[in-house]
Amino acid sequence: MALLGPSGSGKTTFLRLIAGLEAPTAGRILFGDEDATKLAVRDRRVGFVFQSYALFRHLTVAENIAYGLRVRPRRTRPADKEIRRRVADLLELVQLSGLDKRHPAQLSGGQRQRVALARALAVEPRVLLLDEPFGALDAKVRRDLRRWLREVHDRTGHTTLFVTHDQEEALELADRVAIFNRGTIEQVGTPDDVLDRPATAFVAGFVGEAVRLPVDAAGSWIRIGPHQVATPEENVGGPAELFVRPRDLVIARPGVDAIPARVIGVRRSGTSRRAELSLAADLPTVEIELPEGRSVRRGDVLPIVLATVRLFTRLPPHASRGEVSAKRTEGS
Amino acid sequence: MRSALSEGRAVRWTLIALGVGFLALFLVIPLLAVFSEALRRGMEPFLAAFDEPDTQSAIGLTLLVAAIAVPLNLVFGVAAAWAVAKFEFRGKSILVSLIDLPFSVSPVVAGLVYVLLFGAKGLLGPLMDDWQFKIIFAVPGIVLATIFVTFPFIARELIPLMQEQGTAEEEAALTLGASGWRTFLTVTLPNVRWALLYGVLLCNARAMGEFGAVSVVSGHIRGLTNTMPLHVEILYNEYNFVAAFAVASLLAGLALVTLGAKSVLEWRYGDGLARIHRH
Repeated sequence: MALLGPSGSGKTTFLRLIAGLEAPTAGRILFGDEDATKLAVRDRRVGFVFQSYALFRHLTVAENIAYGLRVRPRRTRPADKEIRRRVADLLELVQLSGLDKRHPAQLSGGQRQRVALARALAVEPRVLLLDEPFGALDAKVRRDLRRWLREVHDRTGHTTLFVTHDQEEALELADRVAIFNRGTIEQVGTPDDVLDRPATAFVAGFVGEAVRLPVDAAGSWIRIGPHQVATPEENVGGPAELFVRPRDLVIARPGVDAIPARVIGVRRSGTSRRAELSLAADLPTVEIELPEGRSVRRGDVLPIVLATVRLFTRLPPHASRGEVSAKRTEGS
Repeated sequence: MRSALSEGRAVRWTLIALGVGFLALFLVIPLLAVFSEALRRGMEPFLAAFDEPDTQSAIGLTLLVAAIAVPLNLVFGVAAAWAVAKFEFRGKSILVSLIDLPFSVSPVVAGLVYVLLFGAKGLLGPLMDDWQFKIIFAVPGIVLATIFVTFPFIARELIPLMQEQGTAEEEAALTLGASGWRTFLTVTLPNVRWALLYGVLLCNARAMGEFGAVSVVSGHIRGLTNTMPLHVEILYNEYNFVAAFAVASLLAGLALVTLGAKSVLEWRYGDGLARIHRH
């Protein structure tokens, strides 16, 4: 499960609350059916991977991984031989066999990240918490680690929560996504849910690079600037916001009732080509993904239609939102 | 090749000469003078100075005071640094200022404070009289004054390093199931071990060399409350130059050993610091 939101929206604090590194002012923290609110950090059995990894710099890789086992009270501590076997297994799992004698300073960022993960897994946590696990890595390592982390998750079956501000990461990696905004959870759902059925205006605006257009809604029509557009559903009348993503717009076939849009720029975004369009002088510009082979130049006028309509009535900000004070951690 | 930042030859040599000259004038020559004065009449009088029972007792007392003051300040320094660097609480800035107080107060004033507190006419003097416990003009007073003066050395050495290291590793240890005490022993302490040793050395050097505060509370009783620095002064005032410089050379020798140990540590601890920065 991914915790996604802009910086300062409370994702990390939420993670630290679950770990017990912060104390909640209200509400409860449940692990399954067990109330963990009053449980000390050391008794919660969470595996926490810190953004900075927080490896013990004076210990070797193997000692780092074994730490959680070695600090156990004598009666629950595994025998030395067992600890060594577990460390070896974990080293293999994180593909670092042979580096057990190194110190953290002698490892690359990606390797440190994997040591931190192995160390957290060593204590067989009930829930694995990752704070911006890929934040400090370069793009290539990030992609590899992402895929690898998903594999580890599927193999070990640990409930995993990770914090990220990277949508692509959250939507690709997680089975479920929680969208955070200003300390509250806006929506919890599958990546398809939050992308296709955003629960709130914030989610619609935050996920998927949407542009907000102020519109007026009436019946099955909305007015965007000077243009009238038919919508498939009946709308609540009044001022509203239309969220437009590049893929929501398509170039109309001839003969269809379309909005004329002026091209004010063409650029590349990753592997696709996009055109920046102006619908009216006083509206924000929107982007459209161009089909391959279609040549478009600045100044052209394209007939476009809305393939998807995502409309939210304009509410005073943060009016209709449920408080989220406690959270179950199940599945991922 | 000459780098764009380097000056001309003349300027460079002048600067070097100035630096070396200054060091020689103010540090090297006086230090050499101590040893040459001590050995002026040869080895025999030099060694004879250490045969004196008063000298031996001064050396013994200095070692005893350091042996009490340094461990106490070690415990205090580590505890204070831990509290200041790893926790947020009210009055933290006051605590930090208090730790620095002995640096800003003149040692003579520090000594005087204890005289005013525990002396015969002092605030707690009558109480001490009742208990038949002598602090001023006795060993306990010297220990107290030394502790006061060497108070900040270890804490000051640890606080910046601990603050820089932050609390992430401690938090990691806690999530892995370690207790607070265990976390301190296995994570916090090993991470500052070189700085700690360095602080202990500095603290020790100062504890052995302290003059002002100790002078006020000691009463200069030969063979009883004389530490090495005080003994040097007494011998010097009695025109017993060879003995005075002999004892002084021993103190200087201690300082040099400390300095050497410190350099070795800095070399290793500097390495450790570099590793922390790369982390």
